[in-house]
Amino acid sequence: MVLVIGSIYALPNLYPTQPSIQVAYTDSAKSADQSLLDELEEILENEKASYEEIFLRENKIVIKFNDVDTQLSSKTILQNILLDKVIIALFLEPSTPQWLKDIGANPVKLGLDLSGGVHFLLEVDIDTAQQGRLELLLDTYQKTFKEEKIKFDNSSIKDLALYFEFSNKESYNKALKKYRDDSPLVNGLQYIITERPSSNILILEYSDIALKEIRDYAVGQNLTTLRNRVNELGVSEPIVQRQGSNRIVVELPGVQDPTAAKKIIGKTANLEFRLEANSRTSPLRKEQFDFKENEFQTAYLEKAVIVSGDRVTNASTGFDESGFAQVNITLDMQGGRAMQRATSGNIGRKLGVLFVEQKTNSELVTNAQGESVIEQTTFIEKNIISLATVQAVLGTSFRITGVGSPTEASELALLLRAGALAAPMKFVEERTVGPSLGKENIELGMKSILIGFCLVVLFMALYYRVFGIAANISLIINLVLITGIMSLLGASLTLPGMAGIVLTVGMAVDANVLIFSRIREELKNKDPQSAIRDGFSRAFVTIFDANVTTLIAALILYIIGTGPVKGFAITLSIGIVTSMFTAIMCTRAMVNLIYGNKNIKVLKI
Amino acid sequence: MDIRFRFMKFRKIAGIISISLFIVSIMSLSFRGLSLGLDFSGGTLIEVSYESAVDLESIRNSLEVNGYPDSQVVNFGTNLDVLIKVADQSGNSSIGENIFNILNEQNIPIELKRVEFVGPQVGDELRDQGGLGMIIALFMILIYVAFRFQYKFALGAVTALGHDVVIILGLFSLFGWDFDLTVLAALLAVIGYSLNDTIVVSDRIRENFRTERILEPIDMIDLSLNQTLGRTIVTSLTTLLVLFALFIFGGELIRGFSLALILGVLIGTYSSIYVVANILMSLTLTQEDLAIPEPEGVDFDGMP
Repeated sequence: MVLVIGSIYALPNLYPTQPSIQVAYTDSAKSADQSLLDELEEILENEKASYEEIFLRENKIVIKFNDVDTQLSSKTILQNILLDKVIIALFLEPSTPQWLKDIGANPVKLGLDLSGGVHFLLEVDIDTAQQGRLELLLDTYQKTFKEEKIKFDNSSIKDLALYFEFSNKESYNKALKKYRDDSPLVNGLQYIITERPSSNILILEYSDIALKEIRDYAVGQNLTTLRNRVNELGVSEPIVQRQGSNRIVVELPGVQDPTAAKKIIGKTANLEFRLEANSRTSPLRKEQFDFKENEFQTAYLEKAVIVSGDRVTNASTGFDESGFAQVNITLDMQGGRAMQRATSGNIGRKLGVLFVEQKTNSELVTNAQGESVIEQTTFIEKNIISLATVQAVLGTSFRITGVGSPTEASELALLLRAGALAAPMKFVEERTVGPSLGKENIELGMKSILIGFCLVVLFMALYYRVFGIAANISLIINLVLITGIMSLLGASLTLPGMAGIVLTVGMAVDANVLIFSRIREELKNKDPQSAIRDGFSRAFVTIFDANVTTLIAALILYIIGTGPVKGFAITLSIGIVTSMFTAIMCTRAMVNLIYGNKNIKVLKI
Repeated sequence: MDIRFRFMKFRKIAGIISISLFIVSIMSLSFRGLSLGLDFSGGTLIEVSYESAVDLESIRNSLEVNGYPDSQVVNFGTNLDVLIKVADQSGNSSIGENIFNILNEQNIPIELKRVEFVGPQVGDELRDQGGLGMIIALFMILIYVAFRFQYKFALGAVTALGHDVVIILGLFSLFGWDFDLTVLAALLAVIGYSLNDTIVVSDRIRENFRTERILEPIDMIDLSLNQTLGRTIVTSLTTLLVLFALFIFGGELIRGFSLALILGVLIGTYSSIYVVANILMSLTLTQEDLAIPEPEGVDFDGMP
């Protein structure tokens, strides 16, 4: 049973992969449709590029080719004609039959060191996020104290704590009362108040919960933003994941140009909320912008930015009373106040949302050698994504109605969320593996597995004869099972992972060797049948103990390791479990098949 | 009794060899230290491949002129592949690109094979994590063996593991081989392997102590070692076969890894014979230590 399932899930790895390209609109709000498909088809036909299949899949168009050369030339053809309109990614489409896909059987994923690609580790600068929040708080209290005539001589931020030195005992007491009224939650975060009555100083510090909240928020927000940016790269299977408390891993298989990838990941997309200019706005204080969806429509907005994208804490879609789609926006405290001030005298005017993007422009130019190449320049583009009438004084949460269909509403919400990073990030680790090295690594890995495997098989067959062959068949089953389980778990195979398989092959026979040498010993004073039986059962305890301890080491490796090393820990752990299973169950079954029910006089082992 | 080879006759010599190797390793580790790979030291590494052999000196010169005087330039694997290391600790992540651009300006066609940048704090963390992982692994194994066998065996097993790990580290330090994450992974795998061996031997010693009640401890250990010898040799042999395949055909990237494992299997096999037995002898393992049959043995006997 286990064997059948294992083989089925290992099966997809036998089907070859097919060079393919994936085409998506550059504008993440637009999804590929029949018209794009027709356009691509027409271009490819005009250019006489042969392809095998073209179809639409999940907002993208997939084109399969027969060989890598046509794949590459077609990509160039398409890119030169369509330029920035679409993102074209190269990838290998597995030719797994549909029935296998339906039961979730997919080929083993390759790690970056085998597929080639880029791995980034980014660190979110939490200190800056904390500092930023404190500055907000400082600002808020300075205003409140002024309004309530609480006098202070000094206010500052030192070592992530907010200091206020008051002029007299009365102000100190009033402020303390104010703090206590506000606490435990100020701006949605928990603070700890430290009192120094002798010098009239009050100190506010983040509680541990608040620190964790700030961190989680900043990392979460950056994660979302990064995901949106990575999607723009058109990588077929990107990974964007949180690692540890304040790091984010980005893996882009197949990406060959780390510089371009870095530019997009590190770029600053932002949002700006501005009021629409009216007849009284001086021409010097207004600017004209295009709408994102419709470039023929323009509007004038004031130059003053009310709130920028980093103040947006959330944006989601919902429905208003009459069932029309709307976008709910939540700003942070500071943003809410600014919004309140700006809108209070301006009900009836329109509020515009600008989407600010750093973009690259591709142009087909002829270089000195007379070849036409694509040249890229970067520029900043600002487009209006929403212009709606202010119907009431807005605060921290408000909604934009009249946004069209639910799909359009969710696209707008996505754009709003895609805004700025909550905290700055920097690259702390970067690994790029070129495509040739990836291919080389696969070849080397496969070669080592094959040679190692053959050597072991040969040795076992020569040394143990019939039993050796049983052990060898177990070894083959073992390899099939490892591949099957790797596919099933969706674990990535890396070069050290392949080394792990090689090592497993070498060590897997150990269990059989233990059993066989046991049987040999038992043969000295028992008949063959009971020697086989006792040999198996007495070796079991030893095998179990020996493997559990190796498993402990492998698990620890999995916990501390990153990337490729984790791959090694995975194959090693899987290998240990499967080799125990095959050595004990499969070899036993085979030995029974060969020697079972027979009256053996002499057992050769 | 069938004792073909008197292992324990050489136990004093083995003890002296082990102790001196251990001391040399510790000395080398404390004076020379390990030549830490990029994963642990932090910095930037770039590997490029040329179409024809290239003069390393000219690469060094152009890098020096362009502001990277302290870069290491070496061939990697073949003389077409060039590996450049810059031990910059400022956390600047664009050094790799800069160097690639400098090399591109020489107008010799090159292909970028890989770029690795590890920030200084990441390197430190990986180092701490690695060391911690090693200690946790040893500790958990100690507990498991103590629980399944007996504390004297656990002490023997962990001493053997410590012995293996320190000597491999010592060899890496002595010969100045690069110690990176894959070597650390290999080291942990060695712990697993060596333990595998140790447990098989210990298991047999335990069994013999329970069944053969006439012998002296020294004979008992010799008998057990002889009984497991066939298996020890065969397993080490098959493992070494695949490791050599990996070492020879696996490419430059996992050479350090396979080397550490080969050393580990050799030393691990030796230590499971001599170190464990030596410890058991000096702790004077007696039959009383193992007199009460443990229930686990019974549980598993019924299994196929």
